[in-house]
Amino acid sequence: MDTRDTAEQAELRRSARRLARELAPATVADLDDATRAKRLAAAVHDAGWLELRDDAGGGAPLAGGVEAAIVADALGGSVADVAFAGPVLARDLLRRSGRARVDNAVVAFAPSLVAAASTTPAYAVDAPADGYAALVVVGSELACVRVAASGPGGNDLTRVVAALPEGAPIEMIGGELHADDLDAWRALGLALTSADLVGVMRGVLDMTVAYAADRRQFGVPVGSFQAVQHLLAEARCLQEGSLSAALYAAWTVDNLPPADALAAGRVAKAYAARAARTVCETAVQVHGGIGNTWECIVHVYLRRALLSTQWFGDDAVQLAELQQERLGSS
Amino acid sequence: MDYRDSPAEADFRARLRAWLAANNPGLPTSSTDDEYWARQADWHTALYDAGFFGLSWPSRFGGHDLPPVFDVILDEEVAAAGAPPRPSLGYLVQGISAHGSDAIRERFLPGLISGRERWCQGFSEPDAGSDLASLRTTATRDGDEYVINGHKIWTSYSDVADWCLLLARTDPDVPKHKGLSAFAVPMHQPGIEQRPLRMINGITNEFGQVLFDGARVPAANMIGEPGEGWRLAMTIVSHEREPGELGYVARYAKTVKELERTVRGDPAAFRPDQREAVAWAHVQTEMLRLHVCRRLSERLDGIDHGPGGSIDKLLMTWVEQSVGHAALTVAGPHAATDRDDVALKIYLYSRAQSVMGGTSQIQKNIIATRILGLPT
Repeated sequence: MDTRDTAEQAELRRSARRLARELAPATVADLDDATRAKRLAAAVHDAGWLELRDDAGGGAPLAGGVEAAIVADALGGSVADVAFAGPVLARDLLRRSGRARVDNAVVAFAPSLVAAASTTPAYAVDAPADGYAALVVVGSELACVRVAASGPGGNDLTRVVAALPEGAPIEMIGGELHADDLDAWRALGLALTSADLVGVMRGVLDMTVAYAADRRQFGVPVGSFQAVQHLLAEARCLQEGSLSAALYAAWTVDNLPPADALAAGRVAKAYAARAARTVCETAVQVHGGIGNTWECIVHVYLRRALLSTQWFGDDAVQLAELQQERLGSS
Repeated sequence: MDYRDSPAEADFRARLRAWLAANNPGLPTSSTDDEYWARQADWHTALYDAGFFGLSWPSRFGGHDLPPVFDVILDEEVAAAGAPPRPSLGYLVQGISAHGSDAIRERFLPGLISGRERWCQGFSEPDAGSDLASLRTTATRDGDEYVINGHKIWTSYSDVADWCLLLARTDPDVPKHKGLSAFAVPMHQPGIEQRPLRMINGITNEFGQVLFDGARVPAANMIGEPGEGWRLAMTIVSHEREPGELGYVARYAKTVKELERTVRGDPAAFRPDQREAVAWAHVQTEMLRLHVCRRLSERLDGIDHGPGGSIDKLLMTWVEQSVGHAALTVAGPHAATDRDDVALKIYLYSRAQSVMGGTSQIQKNIIATRILGLPT
């Protein structure tokens, strides 16, 4: 056992964080800078990150769940307003189904964001504005709903959540999925959303610690008060514990049987979801009045955390599943 | 990144599993019954003699020179077998290794690691808890010896110890952190009185209290230089805060497993909140197991005696207390009505975790100032 990054993984972590820092929004106003957002999307595309789970030949993915989670963590850490997990999860599902390629694919989720949709209405995360194909799973077959265009949707200001209308025509596209395929894919979804939450926690906590060291009241930095210090120390522990669970969840996707990978994903997500809400709430609190304004970027982190929490199921969903599995039906 | 066993790790796991199947002493969950500590020494020596303890420590002191992650395997397997956790003394080994001379290490580490000699740690005093550096126990030079006078408290298992790693003031004329030295004090001598305290869960063996009244220690038993005591204490407590050094994950996993078995045995008898408390304790315990995997893997880059242990300590505390809450929740009214209720003992014992080895408040101060870099 050696849970450290390989040299390649460490380099990917560095470069993904660097890219996210340079091109992601640093302020709320930056969210409206379309030129910047376009450069970010182009950089993610050019880095080849959207292809990480494509078929490398023989059915295996080009890169592991660990590499995909490293990118998700980096993008979450800078609230990067770019599609990543949505297209990567769609391409992972396509690969597992044996279907080579569908352009601009994302996955439809219904009735909540927990599981792949079999009908509409449904929601698609990371849906491209200029049209997309939302994958749905009908029985054990893959199908899709083609949508011409999506406006901005959802309450995460960095990722689109598009609503697919009721009764949209479902087109069978060929490609078969076994229960194991869906479990392993769901495990990847849990790993990527957990990694995103870990990134969000790191990003918002770094920013909040810097603010607490800078902001002065009573003639001293507010970060010198123990009451504030203890909130931030607790947040740091939650961030570290979440990282430990999420790293393992990402590794299990390609290395353990799907049921075990799913269980590891549920543990990571349950822990990270609870942790992320506390850490983001701490960030709002430590920023004081300004933390409750639209202009302060902290709520962008909180909103992103709320979507990543719901996507593939929040802590309550994961705990219910773990109970079912470990304690039997009630 | 690879969580799989290497061939050597898989071989070790298989041998350990086979050995545990035949050698599990079936002790009660630690710290809920005095029987645990009464028989723990036998468990220590059995584990050691079979080659399953002291894995990452140097072979010249009786260890096995293995990478630290082997301790993860040990924790996982004893938990799976329902066997007692490994003895928690890695922090003493770290302190003696980092600060002791060759002579000290050769004299004391083999007995400590093998369990042939039992140790306690004499740091806290009635008036020196969180403010450890203000301790008042003195060690006064007298020829080739030092004479010890003072009062130590929370000296776990002092009544069965052969040696005490004692922190005492050797120079009253310098600032409080600089006048402390550490000693290996023999416990079987006149001038030492034991006055154990009973814990809130009723067990009597753990909370030692020791009065030193003219006890003597050879000057050669000083660990480190005169005045090095504070630095040694900080090395020790930094590791005393690490679940990877303590092996507590196995204890928590064992309790969670027992709770799961209870609920699974009669699912209809338990409410949703009881089920959720057990599931959450499982999530917490798994998180800590994986956190230890990460921390012990990081040790492949070298051991860090720094403040990171405070993060681990806080995580471990939250885990232990969530397990304690789960035990209490599952027990329901039995915790109030049944004199022998084990869940109540587990719960009450878990409250000490946010105090022992440095309070949670002290850990948060350390994290805030030394890890987050916040101003004081």
